[in-house]
Amino acid sequence: MTDHEWGFRTRALHAGARPDPTTGARAVPIFQTSSYVFEDTTDAADLFALQKYGMIYSRLGNPTVSAFEERMASLDGALGAVAASSGHAAEFLAIATLAEAGDHIVSSSHLYGGTITMFSNTLGRFGIETTFVDPTDVDGFAAAIQPNTKVLFTETIGNPSGAIADIEALADVAHSNGLPLAIDSTFSTPALCRPMEWGADIVVHSATKFIGGHGTSLGGVVTEAGTFDWGSGRFANMTEPVPTYNDLRWWDNFGEYSYLTKLRNDHLRDLGSTLAPMHAFLFLQGLETLDYRMAGHIANARAVAAWLEADARVAWVNYAGLPSSPHHDMATKYLPDGPGAVFTFGLAGGRAAGASFIESLEMISHLANVGDAKTLILHPASTTHSQLTDEQMQAGAVSPDMVRISVGLEDLDDILYDLDRALEAAHG
Amino acid sequence: MAERFAVPGWVPPSALQRKRILDDTRSIAIVGASANPSRASNFVATYLLSTAKAYTLYLVNPRETEILGQPVYPSLQDLPEVPDMVDVFRRSEDLPPIAQEAVELGSKTFWAQLGLWSVEAAQVASAAGLDVVMDRCTKIEHARFAGGLHLAGFNTGVITARR
Repeated sequence: MTDHEWGFRTRALHAGARPDPTTGARAVPIFQTSSYVFEDTTDAADLFALQKYGMIYSRLGNPTVSAFEERMASLDGALGAVAASSGHAAEFLAIATLAEAGDHIVSSSHLYGGTITMFSNTLGRFGIETTFVDPTDVDGFAAAIQPNTKVLFTETIGNPSGAIADIEALADVAHSNGLPLAIDSTFSTPALCRPMEWGADIVVHSATKFIGGHGTSLGGVVTEAGTFDWGSGRFANMTEPVPTYNDLRWWDNFGEYSYLTKLRNDHLRDLGSTLAPMHAFLFLQGLETLDYRMAGHIANARAVAAWLEADARVAWVNYAGLPSSPHHDMATKYLPDGPGAVFTFGLAGGRAAGASFIESLEMISHLANVGDAKTLILHPASTTHSQLTDEQMQAGAVSPDMVRISVGLEDLDDILYDLDRALEAAHG
Repeated sequence: MAERFAVPGWVPPSALQRKRILDDTRSIAIVGASANPSRASNFVATYLLSTAKAYTLYLVNPRETEILGQPVYPSLQDLPEVPDMVDVFRRSEDLPPIAQEAVELGSKTFWAQLGLWSVEAAQVASAAGLDVVMDRCTKIEHARFAGGLHLAGFNTGVITARR
């Protein structure tokens, strides 16, 4: 081992995955096992009491999942990571570690609709109140902070609004109020933006999207920087005795490791939303090519966005990579290689023309996902964001005519060919 | 938590330096060992006894005689040998005399656990040529390099194609 700083592409291939010491296997083996034999009864008791590290049961940890977790931690520049069964599960775990009944969070209003619903519906019924604010309004986040607020939450790139978070300014607001900043960075991946370099404390990804890139597996991950002071007194559940673990105190016993240790051993333990080893293996395959794929996604996305913007059949295009976007400056700062490959546009002819357009596509897939290697398209108002109220949709900048595209890695000419045919059919 | 004021003449050791310290250590004295299983010193002792068996572990506490089945010594002077590392679990203000003791005994490393920091203790020990680590957990640092932290999803920084 040397003091050399390994580069992103090297870590995408190697981090968390040294050869298997028993067999020499170079690829990460799929440890398809529910449980692990103890050395003896003392070993079992020590493992259960968190007094030693090791495997107990795959709900809490699995060696294939560990390899994925460490690789994500490395790529995000984080202290560590805990994987989950979906991006949604990762978000829930990230919040559940910090907040409980009577607490409050401040969140962007431009989130993926399912996240808004989780916060307002399930968290609300669990007694955690959310104030939603415009993600571009940093002062709005500051103004919404209450004595019982536990975290500020936003997305690096809003889904589907495309708003780019001013991460550095939000981190300043959070930290000056003794709070952590949590960021969902699904649309950008660590290849395009590492929010911790700008002061974020917690990062959440849906691995289902670009991290896998193959659209085969659901999964998520929480990474944490390990630099936040959980011992300030504001986070009693970090500093009070934990009865289920012999009255240890997370902050006293685990220091910078407190948040992730609590997330895994309190909340993943209780909720059981664990990533399957096969899915971790498939995400590891995806991560190997992440940097190359994101470059390809962005090259195609830039070209498709410019082509659409120049087309009279298209009323508007909202892609932060276009100089016309109100988010262009923020994207240049935080996403210098490009603001991802998911963006929105509207057709001349509004919602009806949009529906006809989507149904006329041949090669581009109409489905509810993003970040597949294949180009995907969707009408958010009737699908991913359909469970929102009219007010929530307006606050989330989801208009009725909005079409969302996730530009894939096909030949650019073929993507444009298919879009052109469908635009023609919609306006025929 | 004690405020982490800079220590003139001392730089906190890097991950690689911490690995070297742990590799060069054969015996560890835990000063402030507790019989209470919720205390960090008990946690670390349990870990070192079960996972890091290459170390000879000595427990020091004048108010205890046996913890985790191990004998407990009243002071560092009462140990049967000079410990390579003095690993302290006491309040930050208690650290300087213990650092002085470690220097006088001839230990190689003065280590203050998570949350502990003393400019004076660090200066005393580092001026005498001891390696000094503060605000770090020996369990966590050992696990970082021995594989335990990897299994728990933490970033060890280890990149290797060797078996």
